[in-house]
Amino acid sequence: MKFQIPIGPQHPALKEPISLRMTVEGEVITDADIRLGYNHRGVEKVAEGKNYIQNIYLTERICGICSHSHSTCFVQGVEKLMELEPPKRGMYIRYLVSELERIHSHLLWLGVAGHEAGFDSFFMYVWRDREIVMDLLEMITGNRVHYAINTVGGVRRDLDEAQKAKILEGVATLRKRSEYYLDLGANEPSFVARIAGVGLLSLEQVISLCAVGPTARASGWDRDVRKEDPYAVYDELDFEVATADTCDVLGRVVVRIKEVLEAYKMIEQMMKNLPDGDIACKAPRKAKPGEVVSRYEAPRGENIHYIKANGTDKPERLKVRAPTLGNYPATVEMLKNGFIADIPLIFAAIDPCICCAERAVTLVSARTGEESVVSTAELRKLALARTKNAPVKRNAVWPL
Amino acid sequence: MAVVRTFLYLLVYPGILFLFVYSTFCEWYDRKVYARLQNRMGPTHTGRFGILQPIADFFKLMAKEDVVPEAADKGLFNVLPAISLAVVTTAGLLLPVWNFDLAGPNWTSFSGDIIVMLYLLSLPTLILFLAAWSSTNLFSTIGGARVLTMLFGYEVPLFLAVLSPAILADSWRLAEIAAFYQAKPLLLIVNIVGFVVAVIAVQAKLERTPFDIPHAETEIVGGTLTEYSGKKLALFRLTIDIEMVVASGLLAAVFLGGFPGGPFVGLLHFIVKTLFVIFLLSLIRAMTSRIRIDQVVSFAWKVLAPLAVLQLLATILLKGFLS
Repeated sequence: MKFQIPIGPQHPALKEPISLRMTVEGEVITDADIRLGYNHRGVEKVAEGKNYIQNIYLTERICGICSHSHSTCFVQGVEKLMELEPPKRGMYIRYLVSELERIHSHLLWLGVAGHEAGFDSFFMYVWRDREIVMDLLEMITGNRVHYAINTVGGVRRDLDEAQKAKILEGVATLRKRSEYYLDLGANEPSFVARIAGVGLLSLEQVISLCAVGPTARASGWDRDVRKEDPYAVYDELDFEVATADTCDVLGRVVVRIKEVLEAYKMIEQMMKNLPDGDIACKAPRKAKPGEVVSRYEAPRGENIHYIKANGTDKPERLKVRAPTLGNYPATVEMLKNGFIADIPLIFAAIDPCICCAERAVTLVSARTGEESVVSTAELRKLALARTKNAPVKRNAVWPL
Repeated sequence: MAVVRTFLYLLVYPGILFLFVYSTFCEWYDRKVYARLQNRMGPTHTGRFGILQPIADFFKLMAKEDVVPEAADKGLFNVLPAISLAVVTTAGLLLPVWNFDLAGPNWTSFSGDIIVMLYLLSLPTLILFLAAWSSTNLFSTIGGARVLTMLFGYEVPLFLAVLSPAILADSWRLAEIAAFYQAKPLLLIVNIVGFVVAVIAVQAKLERTPFDIPHAETEIVGGTLTEYSGKKLALFRLTIDIEMVVASGLLAAVFLGGFPGGPFVGLLHFIVKTLFVIFLLSLIRAMTSRIRIDQVVSFAWKVLAPLAVLQLLATILLKGFLS
């Protein structure tokens, strides 16, 4: 029996709207198709109308989990354009927040992975401990989600000794718990039975499909922007790139927990070596004409911002390539020949952040395949004309 | 007078009212244990310690809008929740808590009631499949197929495990089996493998983690019950609660020595023992992650069924040895 099941745009396994169409035979997936564009907000266009300082807060809102990744990636680029040398203390605090964010993002993912596999106890325990890092972030920046600590030329808040002590204390607790989760995630029989050998992606496929982040590292492809193109403070820190060679969801779980453990190591080093001095330098309002590509290792993989300046206080163009977008082609390959039961796990294993990846929409006619560009007002008119008085479709076949 | 007594028996105790109250209490207990094992609070607001939460949920669902899909087979779709509730409640009447009179078999306690009970407990599974199939939703259809696939896995081990103590007791009547083990409690140790197998099979029958595959929300949304809402969903949920009570009561009667001591002490035994079984079920639910349907079937046939056969073999050998 061959039929199509729609996963999304609205589905309990998905936290954000995306449409996965699975052709299944019995319980086995024979084909997968990903449809994007449900969450397009036009951030890149909005960025062209705002100045560099305003854009920090705009880019921060690209994502609700790795918000600091996007704003840091943007600020890094702008600092390069303006040829600024931000003070070291500011850099340490900025990348301290980066690492804390990586921990919170990976713990969040770990919980979600547990939930997708039906392992709700794991989910509850991990999310309980995630509160520790959320509290630390709130203490440092004042916010839990959109930290707003970045500014062009440094950061906006300083750390004091009491805060440093609290961070170290929190990290010590988290390390103990994370080691337990590594043990649990890699050894609990029913959980491992669900994730081992699921969503296989060979090293060759990783390279040819340009997978990024933990997805790629779980297949033994040890690429990490922090290591191979060390920006800011990362050349002063001692850490290892976490990899696994199982090429499956189990590997992705292990890589993420190992990365969290590496992050604790980095945070302790940063706390020990935190230099004195200013936290920010004065930045000009305008940037000289030029263009820059900024790379940043977000929790989900390599994040790329391209900024083009035209001499005014606003960027002429901002292009965001979020890591999730880089992982979509690999996801389709991973889903093929899997079971229906594995769909949420495989898809969740790339840690999809759909609103990060939705940078463009194209209007394609389902019948002719023709592409067109229309304004919002026209689009609204078209939609109204299409749905007005339209009869309810019975046994409608979803056009592919 | 006999008519009034029968009505009271069916409607109040141990009929639908008692089963309703006790099964909602068991749901609360299960939820609370599960929550505490996960470091959560569980229900806290409705009633003391949230004890009335399942009842509040039930009445809330009763008041909700009831939608029947246009493409559904309406007759079946509407009637199945009531039938499944009737079936499990009937099974509840057969428990030897309220039929402790060994000398006088009657219509709720007779030779062979253990078999009737097992079949009555199988029916809700088939009804769930029919409900899923009649709602014609894609997710329901997959859920329904999974319900049946799982049934083929756990049903045989469950029957083998539950029936082997009966063989040792040389009776097909629950009350007599319980009485046999009350007289010789040491023999209960022999059935411990069967008890483990039966607990796991009951977990699968009740579709709880790691066997919550037919309604795995992250895979197939609501699964079998995707299209059910309002009163019908409330009835189905009540069915599953009562099924949990009856199944754990069955295990308690067969493996834990039944419910000795007349109507009141017997009821106390019933409550303590069913809560113990439900605690085990909650523990399994908290400790495991959902496995795949193919893993369920291979686990049932490669692990559970051989263990159940081993139990049967041990029982038969012991029986020969004892006589």
